[in-house]
Amino acid sequence: MATSTTQPRAGRRLPDSPRPPRRVGFSQTLGRWDVKVSPYLYISPFFLLFALTGLFPLAYTAYVSVYDWHLLGGQGEFVGFENFAFVFQEPNFWKGLRNTFSIFLLSTIPQLMVAVVVAALLDANLRARTFWRMGVLVPYVVAPVAVALIFGKLFADQSGLVNTVLGFAGVEPIKWHGSVLPSHAAIASMVNFRWTGYNTLILLAAMQAVPRDLYEAAVIDGASRLRQFFSITIPQIRPTIIFVVITSTIGGLQIFDEPRMFDQTGQGGPGRQWMTVTMYIYELGFGNQKSFGRAAAVAWVLFLIILAVGMLNFWLTRRIASESTPKQARKKVKR
Amino acid sequence: MRKTTRKAWALAAGMTSIALVATACSSSNDAADDEGTADGGDITLTVATFNEFGYTDEMFDRYEAENPGVTIEQKVAATSNEARENLNTRLAAGSGTADIEAIEVDWLPELMQYPDYFEDLASPDVEGRWLPWKVAQATTPDGKLIGYGTDIGPEGIAYRADLFEAAGLPSDRESVAALFGGADATWDGFFEVGKQYTAATGKPFFDSASAIYQGMVNQEEAAYEDPDTGDITALDNPRIKEMYDQVTAAAVNDKLSAHFTQWSDDWTNSFQTDGFAAMLAPGWMLGVISGNAAGVTGWDIADVFPGGSGNWGGSFLTVPSQGANVDAAKDLAAWLTAPEQQIEAFQNKGTFPSQVEALDSDEIKSATNEFFNNAPVGEILANRAKDVVVPFKGPQYFTIQDAISNAIVEVDVNGADPAAQWDTFVQVVQGLG
Repeated sequence: MATSTTQPRAGRRLPDSPRPPRRVGFSQTLGRWDVKVSPYLYISPFFLLFALTGLFPLAYTAYVSVYDWHLLGGQGEFVGFENFAFVFQEPNFWKGLRNTFSIFLLSTIPQLMVAVVVAALLDANLRARTFWRMGVLVPYVVAPVAVALIFGKLFADQSGLVNTVLGFAGVEPIKWHGSVLPSHAAIASMVNFRWTGYNTLILLAAMQAVPRDLYEAAVIDGASRLRQFFSITIPQIRPTIIFVVITSTIGGLQIFDEPRMFDQTGQGGPGRQWMTVTMYIYELGFGNQKSFGRAAAVAWVLFLIILAVGMLNFWLTRRIASESTPKQARKKVKR
Repeated sequence: MRKTTRKAWALAAGMTSIALVATACSSSNDAADDEGTADGGDITLTVATFNEFGYTDEMFDRYEAENPGVTIEQKVAATSNEARENLNTRLAAGSGTADIEAIEVDWLPELMQYPDYFEDLASPDVEGRWLPWKVAQATTPDGKLIGYGTDIGPEGIAYRADLFEAAGLPSDRESVAALFGGADATWDGFFEVGKQYTAATGKPFFDSASAIYQGMVNQEEAAYEDPDTGDITALDNPRIKEMYDQVTAAAVNDKLSAHFTQWSDDWTNSFQTDGFAAMLAPGWMLGVISGNAAGVTGWDIADVFPGGSGNWGGSFLTVPSQGANVDAAKDLAAWLTAPEQQIEAFQNKGTFPSQVEALDSDEIKSATNEFFNNAPVGEILANRAKDVVVPFKGPQYFTIQDAISNAIVEVDVNGADPAAQWDTFVQVVQGLG
């Protein structure tokens, strides 16, 4: 019924003014599309690029990880989760995980603490301020491989400078390349050397954005320098600290250059004393086994670990952010 | 890793193409005079080697002068391990290899499984150039020759005459050869001399236990794998455990080792600080010793080797198929491995030639090495090369050798428990099967 009534109506209108309503209709649709679709088009380059450089490799790695896949021989049989099972029963995988977290903690924690302090010092009224500020960035300019070569010589077990100096103090030579923890400390010192200055500058920028009247008020209230640092500077730069923590986490869990260059063979020590997870991936894929499948399996495990640590950081960020809001509000009230 | 390589490659490719365009314009006038280049245009050939091959810029300059339009770049990796990983990565990526890639005999077998990555270098021009066993190592079962032999590694014993003298041992090279047992030298005899030296001086005798083990295992006909079936026999072969026990006992219990890892910074520095008195010296090691010990006097080399003779290392030049100028690269590889050039390399760095003609040449026979107290190194190494047992090295050889060498380093350098490290080695080998 309904169709029979509408059709003649439409037929009747067509000869009168067939075009205007249609044209309006189409341009309206276009307009609606413009409003609804074009924003997606505008942001699509990011997602297309991400799909190409992020999502596709991720998915492809997952695909490779369930195959027997040789570096030179190429794709083999489907093996399901055999690669994962193999990797989990390999002691070297667990060593790599241990080393990665150990080096990560040894490098990130002291590095960020020193960076905050140095940034606070640079924030003070210094002579030749720009010189000092640029000075802390110099180590960052040095290529990581060069840093590793120099530190490798400093930390040589028998002929290194560090052990010689320790010898003057009566300390027994430390096996920087032989024992687990000393090797981690040596590698962490390379990471710290390179990244402390970089983080210092980021924190310094945040510190300079702290309103100066807060300090003036604190001075009037009789707060000491130390008190100002802990009660004003640190709370005010908290978001930046979180940012620095997250970037250091991602970088720290993927550490490769420094431990790889720590000795000549680049395997992370004869007993894998300082082999990190990324080095293990490299060894599986390009080293003796040349098994892309197993390397891909570890890569996925590492991805999940970084995701977990990232979520932990996200949770921390939200927690600290919500904690810091009332404090800021309090200060505003004070003012 | 792969991304950076590709990016770097793209950059390099972009730069070379600009350079090519730029040079093509300038050289078009005298293109008629160019005869040497196969493709007509200017090309750059890269040669990737490791350690010391003895190829000098001066040799490359000569080739460039003889072949107008060819520019040669040399890339040298610090260790054979590093070269191996570089090559594997780039073969898999499908781009980025040098035009000529050097391969060491220890990891040649694993690449022999994939001959399609390399050009067939067999050619009537080079037939009979090398010792037959050297050619056999680089020939696939269906007759494809993937590498031209460069050097072989016959070994003598390099020692510090001054330190031997200070320990009350004979110090001239004939007496030292006799001291180690002359033609009947054994490993027991070698360690015995070490004990005398260490007892007299209280100092370590040799540099590194894993290096000594290398010398020992290279005398085994089939160390880790069955030549017929290719099965891994490392754990069934009683000799492996025997050698492991012998070398770790000598290094740790008898304190003969200076506890270095070869190629480490400590090892390199110890040449300057009288760290040890003797080491196994294949021909190519002589250049390494004289480089590390520059300024130190007293080094000499004795015409003797425990167990008679041994071959440690030796390399090949291959031409990866992915290269842009494989024909020009083949010509250069053939030129570099020609007897004349290998004799020159030997004179530069002591890399002992694998070419029949070179071995018979007067230049080799009469060659002396000033650094080693003018020792007749050519004659000594030629003597040492006579009865070389050519060990079978299968696809898993390098991996197993790497694992046991790590175990020995852990015991020797880091003071780990030999039995526990042997278990670790067993575990690695079992993981391969």
